[in-house]
Amino acid sequence: MLPSIPNLLSLVTFAPLFGAIVIAVAAGMARKDDEAAIARNAKWISLWTTLITLALSIVLLLGFDIHKPGYQFEEHYHWFGPISYHMGVDGVSILFVLLTAFLMPLCIAASWKSVKSRITEYMIAFLLLETLVIGVFTSLDLFLFYIFFEGGLVPMFLIIGIWGGKNRVYAAYKFFLYTLLGSVLMLAAMLYMVGTLGTADIPAMTAMLQAHPYPLAVQGFLWFAFFASFAVKMPMWPVHTWLPDAHVEAPTAGSVMLAGILLKLGGYGFIRFNLPMFAGASHMFAPLVMALSVIAVVYTSLVAFRQTDIKKLIAYSSVAHMGFVTMGIFAGNQLGVQGAMFQMISHGVISGALFLCVGVVYDRWHTREIAFYGGLTKLMPHYAFVFLLFTMANVGLPGTSGFIGEITTMTGAYQWGTWVALISASGVIFSAVYALTLFKRVMFGEVVNEELKKFPDLSAREIAIFVPLIAGTILLGVYPAFVFDFTTASVDAVVAGYRAMIGG
Amino acid sequence: MDLHLVTSMALPEAILAIGSLLILVFGGFRGDKGALSISALCGAALIAAAAAALFDASGQLFSGSFVVDKVAVFAKVAIYIAGVFVIALGQGYFDRTGGMRFEFPVLVTLALLGMSIMISAGDLIAMYIGIEMQSLAMYVLAGFRRDDAKSSEAGLKYFVLGALSSGLLLYGASLVYGFTGAMNFHDIAVAASQHTGVGLIFGLVFLMCGIAFKISAAPFHMWTPDVYEGAPTPMVAFAAGAPKFAAVVLFARILQSGFGSVAEQWQQVLLVISVLSFVIGGLGGLMQKDFKRLLAYSSIANMGYALLAVAAGVAGIAPLLMFFVLYMVDNMGLFSAQMALSRNGQPITRIDQFAGLARQNAPLAIAITMLALSVLGMPPFGGFWGKFFVFGAAIKAGLWGFAAAGLVASVIAAFYYLRIIKLMWFDAPGEAMDKAPREASWIAYAAAAFSFPAVILFLILAWPVAQNAAQSFGL
Repeated sequence: MLPSIPNLLSLVTFAPLFGAIVIAVAAGMARKDDEAAIARNAKWISLWTTLITLALSIVLLLGFDIHKPGYQFEEHYHWFGPISYHMGVDGVSILFVLLTAFLMPLCIAASWKSVKSRITEYMIAFLLLETLVIGVFTSLDLFLFYIFFEGGLVPMFLIIGIWGGKNRVYAAYKFFLYTLLGSVLMLAAMLYMVGTLGTADIPAMTAMLQAHPYPLAVQGFLWFAFFASFAVKMPMWPVHTWLPDAHVEAPTAGSVMLAGILLKLGGYGFIRFNLPMFAGASHMFAPLVMALSVIAVVYTSLVAFRQTDIKKLIAYSSVAHMGFVTMGIFAGNQLGVQGAMFQMISHGVISGALFLCVGVVYDRWHTREIAFYGGLTKLMPHYAFVFLLFTMANVGLPGTSGFIGEITTMTGAYQWGTWVALISASGVIFSAVYALTLFKRVMFGEVVNEELKKFPDLSAREIAIFVPLIAGTILLGVYPAFVFDFTTASVDAVVAGYRAMIGG
Repeated sequence: MDLHLVTSMALPEAILAIGSLLILVFGGFRGDKGALSISALCGAALIAAAAAALFDASGQLFSGSFVVDKVAVFAKVAIYIAGVFVIALGQGYFDRTGGMRFEFPVLVTLALLGMSIMISAGDLIAMYIGIEMQSLAMYVLAGFRRDDAKSSEAGLKYFVLGALSSGLLLYGASLVYGFTGAMNFHDIAVAASQHTGVGLIFGLVFLMCGIAFKISAAPFHMWTPDVYEGAPTPMVAFAAGAPKFAAVVLFARILQSGFGSVAEQWQQVLLVISVLSFVIGGLGGLMQKDFKRLLAYSSIANMGYALLAVAAGVAGIAPLLMFFVLYMVDNMGLFSAQMALSRNGQPITRIDQFAGLARQNAPLAIAITMLALSVLGMPPFGGFWGKFFVFGAAIKAGLWGFAAAGLVASVIAAFYYLRIIKLMWFDAPGEAMDKAPREASWIAYAAAAFSFPAVILFLILAWPVAQNAAQSFGL
């Protein structure tokens, strides 16, 4: 047994923030003319900070009791009025903490050479983002959650806006305002709930609302307010339009964070709030969500097929994959929610890896046009292998983690209604169509473009980035119990509560 | 009247009144050369008044026309402290731009005296005296740079429109008096509960219009952008915060202690004014090019939020107090940040002149970013908690539709705060900025540090005080 570290959860959450402060102080104390040294310091400090955070989150994972459905590592201090500093993780949130801590060092490493201007600010923004995102998963107070949830917009706004592509300002505004509009509705609902229940403590509120739910009409409004916020974050069709823009313009590491982690905040919110707190409304609106999810799966897969920009294509494929997640969650059965959890973790790894793959070629040729490429298998065989592996994982090939997520959510959805599973299964085929087409056009064929011969295959740094991701995808694909062991107890509790409340 | 009673309750006002007159005499002898020492003296008088306010006993003076309760104390301490910062800012600003005259700190002090009387007003006469005293000082402050056409224009506009609103107010007050036969708010309440005629409501509406003018709530907001643009910036930093706080406390006092029995009548009017304010404040700011005009629209929107808390009734008082303190800090910080910026000796006025500030003066850019995020309502900054309190009170009072509308309007307004951030961080810098003056930068840093992380502590300490104060409201 490991020695227990006091306030471990706060440590995991705020370690990146501490790193950011160290970088700022180091940059402030260094001589102004020595820009190279400042940048080098910033890179190394942030790499070490994220690695330490990863180590701490692994300690957290090792100390976690998988048989307990409730919250662990709790910390509780009263702040003011109804609000307290309450932290804790359960099976639903702990893996997201790990996922964030896992992707973050890779993001830093991926930015090592590709980011050339204002490196200090870049690293600070990423570390800030890590604290805010981990905080979303570890906070158990409604307003603490809101602080982290909203706060994450700011570093992402800056990351897209400062280090983004040509159309970055438009994308940054769109991202910020879209998400903010969703969130303020949730804020109104939160204020109402705290006003009527007198506490902002999430576990306490959940218990109260399961014992005495709001009348269905009130629930409908509140459910919808939360839904608006999380659906934008997710993003669900038809409020997904900010995502392709944000992805295309964001720097590689920004896209990895966006697809890998930030999209999962929506799914996490559904499982944490909508399902247990407004079970009646969730049940009532489930057909709506199912319809939107199915549209997302089919429609965005078709849209992805027509894209000429690699990043945009992957962005649309993310929307389609998130459709499986919402489908699984609102199926409201054990398989569905478990599958949604798995799909989110797996998609975090796979989509992160795919965006890093795009980053590899973008760093070399500074274009994401599919037509520019062709025949890369001959020039970059290692790269082609990596890209193929993640393309297959994205399609959901058995043996990779993508397969487990899709098959489980679809089974869950089948229990809810056959037509949902039927249509969404066709989405799997569409995803194969666009993903394989992309692979064919970029990788196979003759090398037409002479430009492509200018750069070498993957460097040691790039291989080092991909190895953990490959290991993760295969590990989850052949041994899915790694995820399910952690989530089972908590998800069972959520599903049991939900089924008890809707009486079925 | 027992002198002891006066000194135990109206000591801050006594200090300000006697102090400012003595300082004025002193200034008459020293002239503008003594401006610095006069600023220091006025600041000392304000600090003394704030300290005296803390020791005030609760009660009523002059047969109920002067009310001291904990809400009044809370508000007075807040505006006196704001006054100290304004005097410091003004001293630096006028030193740099020329035109420092010793009347500036004295006028600020006199305006604060007027605001104190507004906050403690218990009848229509005291209300009017307070408002006029505050307004006259503010008119002069707006036109303080006599040689500057814009400043003179601002002063004149402020005066003409202010006089009009005072007329409305006075007309309303006379109608109320005519139909109730009472001056004191409590006597008005008694009369209003027995018989509510059209005349009384008519008077009430006029009163409300007059006060809405003073706090620049829509549709009585038209003067605000022009005055803010033209008036000297320290005065604007002052006008956007303290007088509005005083006027809103007065507003709440009249409505709740004077017209509590006809709440459903004024609540509707208040809600209309509130919604119009945050919608116009949100939309109007979108097209602004001048930084101060932008903040004028921002303050119009914020008055809309504040009035939502007033409309929430007694439960809205504590949130209102919290909201105003947090709002005043952000406001003061943003204006002082602007005062810290100049290029080739010319102050920065247009928003696009902020471009690339992050690379020219990173600490100030970070401070402005934090303050802009704060007024935008981004957690964990102070402005978010202001909205948290106000909208929480409104939703609890059943006004959830209005609260939701306010929150949506805040997203529209978010666009123009984001524009400032975008210009500072995303765009390429222009010509080099001058070295930022110390006092204005430090006030901006202090405001940013208050908005986060000091706000964590502020919420713990101030929220119980505000709640406790609200219980004694309208004694």
